[in-house]
Amino acid sequence: MTAPATVTKGHGREASRRRGPERRRRLTENVTAYGFLCAALVVFALFAWYPVVRNVILSFQEVNFVRGSSWVGLENFAHVLDDPLFGTAWRNSALFTLYALVLGFAVPFLTAVLINEFRHARAYFRILVYLPVMLPPVVVALMWRWFYLPEGGLINEVLGSVNLPTSQWLNSADTSLISLVIVSTWANMGTATLIHLAALQTIPGDLYEAAELDGASIWRRVWHVTIPQTRFVILMLLLLQIVATMQVFTEPFVMTGGGPQDSTVTVMLLIYRYAFVYNNFGAASAMSLLLLAVLAVFSAAYLRVTRGRQS
Amino acid sequence: MRTLVRPAVLRTPRGRLVYWSLLVVALLAFTVAFIIPLYWMTTGGMKSSPELARNPPTYVPEQWHPGNYADAWDELDLATYFGNTIVLIGGAWLLGLAVQLPAAYALSKLRPRFGNVILGLMLITLMVPATVLLIPTYLTVSDVPIFGTNLINEPAAVWLPAAANAFNIYVLKNFFDQIPNDLLDAARIDGAGPFATMWRIILPLSRPIIAVVSILSISALWRDFLWPLVVLPDPAEQPITVYLQRIADTTSLNLLIAGLVLASIPLVAIFLIFQRQILAGLTAGSLKG
Repeated sequence: MTAPATVTKGHGREASRRRGPERRRRLTENVTAYGFLCAALVVFALFAWYPVVRNVILSFQEVNFVRGSSWVGLENFAHVLDDPLFGTAWRNSALFTLYALVLGFAVPFLTAVLINEFRHARAYFRILVYLPVMLPPVVVALMWRWFYLPEGGLINEVLGSVNLPTSQWLNSADTSLISLVIVSTWANMGTATLIHLAALQTIPGDLYEAAELDGASIWRRVWHVTIPQTRFVILMLLLLQIVATMQVFTEPFVMTGGGPQDSTVTVMLLIYRYAFVYNNFGAASAMSLLLLAVLAVFSAAYLRVTRGRQS
Repeated sequence: MRTLVRPAVLRTPRGRLVYWSLLVVALLAFTVAFIIPLYWMTTGGMKSSPELARNPPTYVPEQWHPGNYADAWDELDLATYFGNTIVLIGGAWLLGLAVQLPAAYALSKLRPRFGNVILGLMLITLMVPATVLLIPTYLTVSDVPIFGTNLINEPAAVWLPAAANAFNIYVLKNFFDQIPNDLLDAARIDGAGPFATMWRIILPLSRPIIAVVSILSISALWRDFLWPLVVLPDPAEQPITVYLQRIADTTSLNLLIAGLVLASIPLVAIFLIFQRQILAGLTAGSLKG
């Protein structure tokens, strides 16, 4: 009778004696872990979390570096909405995104489907299509500005030599935006093509076999096997591309400066001008907040898609 | 592996004809689309100014001036701007790893309280593209809170914001999660502290994922234009990309083109040498992330 009691007693005493060091051990573990995390916490706090909050604050302020900033309510938003370029910039960004979807989305997918059928020269295709991604976007923009010259430029020369119609490209408000989309597609399609290609290689061959036994033509096989089987990657790339193209800046900034006749003024270009040309950081922040709201919808959809896939 | 087209079809005469004609057309189209522009650039850099201005243009330079490249290197002072680029990218890459590796290790293996909350807060930043936060981040960099320093025209203005990369931390953490804890326990029994465990066990096992993260970071930094344009207004501090854009309208065309080609060579060369690893890393990173 006594023996078990002592055991229990001794056990209890030991446990309470151990709880102190146990807690201390866990505390040291937490302190060590936060030691490893602290650098990341500092950079995230300063350059990722704080700017989000600050962007909201700034959009309701008049920013003045000398006298300090003051609250102005919705004035920045009113200023931005009153700007005749507001509608132009949103329309141009939306059109750029739309053209980029038609061109920059369909072309990499079809290219990947085609390359995936070839039994030869696959490495050559992969390297070529990815090569422009390695060029800095500024270099791409400057070189295409030169290619696009209506007189003596490479593009018109090539088109003319095979008797195709030439164009004014960047010099005309009708073609300037689509010219920028072509450049951006040329420069960026490598990434999307290679990701599509990797996805295509995961499709089980018997699915095509079965579809063919059912009498499906090649186009119906693309529609009913290839696209459904890679729909996750297609959707992921689609959302990523929308988010990327809505922020387009480098191409219009370097190649056209927004012209001719404001035909290539994009939202990001306008934000840049507000802040660094007109020194109106409040208006720039208000415009950023609007862009953020639009992009957040697509980003949230992207996160849903990718997380849904993982679980 | 069976793809869209049945292998047997490719063996029929008609199948073979269609296959080979498609292949030839695709090879031609790819060569025209991706090789001709690069050819036009490199030879354009070797033409004389009057020849460059000619319409119609010459397909092969009538007179070769390879010396244009040496002139561009000297007159445009490209060495300085390449140096700036290397400092900016190299610093941001190393600082990024120094920040992200320990953070991912802590979140994966040390698992502190609120670790998941912190990870969640980091991942939320992925929803907000950095470009859109240009203005508040710029103002933060120009007067860093608490520290009260102005980083404009300092390389740190590029290094620090680049280190706050949630995607890298997430990819690294996911990789570390798959390293069995038994290995770490064994190290602890042998008397290794948390830092020694990370340095001697985790990092050597993680070389492939560190390579992937490095490739993605370096190419993102190399491609970025708007941020260095804004935070490095001092011409002496600018990377080569910002610099070339700034001088584009005041430099003679053949020197500018030679400069563009020279600025493109390092990364294209690295890509051609390591293309297998880079392409594998790219698709692995994107499909897993």
